[in-house]
Amino acid sequence: MYQYDNYDQTLVNERVAQFRGQVQRHLDGKLSDEEFRQLRLRNGLYYQLHAYMFRIAVPYGLFSSRQMHTLAHCARTYDRGYGHFTTRQNVQFNWPELEDVAKIMEELAAVQMHAIQTSGNVVRNVTADQYAGVAADELEDPRPYCEILRQWSTLHPEFCWLPRKFKIGVTGAAEDRAAIRLHDIGLELVRGEDGEVGFKVFVGGGMGRTPIVGKVVREFLEKRHLLTYVEAVLRVYNQLGRRDDNTKARIKILVRSLGIKRFRKLVEAEWELSRDDGLELTDAEIERMQGFFAPPDYQPTAEGAAELEQQVAADKSFARWVKRNTRPHKVTGYRIAIVSLKAPGAAPGDLTDTQMDGIADLAERFSFGELRSTHEQNLVLADVAEGELQALWEGLKALELATPNIGTLNDMICCPGLDFCALAKASTIPVAAQINEKFDDLDYLYDLGELKLKMSGCMNGCGHHYVGHLGLLGVDKKGSEWYQIILGGSASNDAVLGRRIGPAVPLDEVANVIEKILTLYVDLREEGERFVDTVHRTGIAPFKERVYADHT
Amino acid sequence: MQIIRNQRVEEDTWRHAPDGEPLAAGQVTVSLKRWLEERDTLIARGDVGVRLAPADELADLLADLPTITLIVLEFPDITEGRGYTQARLLRTRHGYSGEIRATGDVQHDQLSFMQRCGVDSFVVREDRDMDDALAAFGEVSVRYQPAADDETLIFHRREQG
Repeated sequence: MYQYDNYDQTLVNERVAQFRGQVQRHLDGKLSDEEFRQLRLRNGLYYQLHAYMFRIAVPYGLFSSRQMHTLAHCARTYDRGYGHFTTRQNVQFNWPELEDVAKIMEELAAVQMHAIQTSGNVVRNVTADQYAGVAADELEDPRPYCEILRQWSTLHPEFCWLPRKFKIGVTGAAEDRAAIRLHDIGLELVRGEDGEVGFKVFVGGGMGRTPIVGKVVREFLEKRHLLTYVEAVLRVYNQLGRRDDNTKARIKILVRSLGIKRFRKLVEAEWELSRDDGLELTDAEIERMQGFFAPPDYQPTAEGAAELEQQVAADKSFARWVKRNTRPHKVTGYRIAIVSLKAPGAAPGDLTDTQMDGIADLAERFSFGELRSTHEQNLVLADVAEGELQALWEGLKALELATPNIGTLNDMICCPGLDFCALAKASTIPVAAQINEKFDDLDYLYDLGELKLKMSGCMNGCGHHYVGHLGLLGVDKKGSEWYQIILGGSASNDAVLGRRIGPAVPLDEVANVIEKILTLYVDLREEGERFVDTVHRTGIAPFKERVYADHT
Repeated sequence: MQIIRNQRVEEDTWRHAPDGEPLAAGQVTVSLKRWLEERDTLIARGDVGVRLAPADELADLLADLPTITLIVLEFPDITEGRGYTQARLLRTRHGYSGEIRATGDVQHDQLSFMQRCGVDSFVVREDRDMDDALAAFGEVSVRYQPAADDETLIFHRREQG
């Protein structure tokens, strides 16, 4: 993975000192609450319902065992013993004291981490395919480009006060696991007509209260022009994006109002004038960055595969975990292991300090000391030898992190909701618990097949509800919590927004309503048809009828 | 009034004429609108600067840049970001070599970014401590990207050793 040099280390160290100064000026009364807010947000520090919330960057979801140990230490020392993994592959602490935040930053800086630009109207943490570098369907590893983008966008003097936040997602795989069509800029590594690898560039996608699927702004961009082109997009947006209304300020609204053709023309015109301004990358620079992401020293053994086969045959419980929670690796003899953060009874995405330490140790033992966080709020150990999977599984079981539910209904994306968030209209964690309780039969869940449930506690959509196969949106009705049901969304290559089936249902009824929907799905589905595909084939009408039958 | 110019506190010699009011003697700025309306007279008078609001188009001013010694960029509040692009383009694309000044809700934490985009003087909000603001320039010494300054892209620097 990427290693800081003197430049990077100096920058994060100086940033900590700068933040310390800002806190001091705030405490001295020289910075008003609102002024301090604007500054602290740019270091990931929010004020939520009950306390400060501190969001730490995990660039493109990749971190080391050592960094995970530091997170565990911070959770223990400065928080209430846990952290929360977000849909942007970041980590949040919910209970830090303001006086401690600079200290936390210092601890992070010591292991090459920071919280820069995890909030505010700036370029945010760049996200990537969670299986980058190990997926068999990958054309090229996207992470070197993510790191290049991270550095270029960090404290960019021209773009630190954009109209609104700006998210970039990158993938190099055939299957889009990074939801790049739902980013302000989405980048897909593709092969051009002459065989050269470059980027297909999407723009203007996003969730939030006006969800929009991004459009292609450029079919093929040469790698060397990654930064020149992205800078041109940012400059057009910085000048023309709306600033009069926060809810209309994202680039997706600009692209929609101009139309993609006119927007493209403006970008190309700007690019024509700025592409020689010193941002062009050389092959050597790209190769140097790629060097940080070179494959580890794989040593596949033939015995490993045979051993795994025997173990799977001998232990049903282990076999189930292997089937559900591991994925093929591009190197024969290795598997990708997914660590479910969706155990029944746990808040989705949460991890205790003990679990953090434990999984850091497991990554050290079994996966070259590296971990990944996913936008689906799980963790990944990407490089596990087949012969060691069972030992890993035993270790995960001891940490209560071996729930074999990846890809099922219970593997849901879920924002923190009313329990933590000042914006939320409804609580989400109790709904997750309700669903977990209702659907506790794993065999039933497996029979339902791939089902992406995504839940947000308000229309800002941090839980990506509009692109869930089954989406849940919390709303407030005269002081009580209700949920809208949305069906048929997707965040992948076939990205599409789901459709609301009708009036919201009371919070207590959510799991019952899901049960009605799924029972009907089982009746309607054709052989091997996924839930989302059935919904697309039949439309939402039958589901609507079933859900509201008793009420009309 | 005191301003920061080239990282030093200096006395300001400019006055700023509201639209429709007669110009005082000496160095004075006008809005872009007034500049465009009274252009010939103002050029003949000399010592006139132009104030740009965030939404003002640079294109209207390009031909006149050599005759203008001060351009004032307005930042009505801290979240306003268009002025950074205006400054950078004036400097790097249009070769403007006169003074670029930031005014409005301008304080400590924006100064270094503004300076990197080509702003060389600052009207720091009156309730702010000047010495405190002066300390802002050196807070973060590492710059990853070029702007309207001498920086080069970090990857170029690493490659060149």
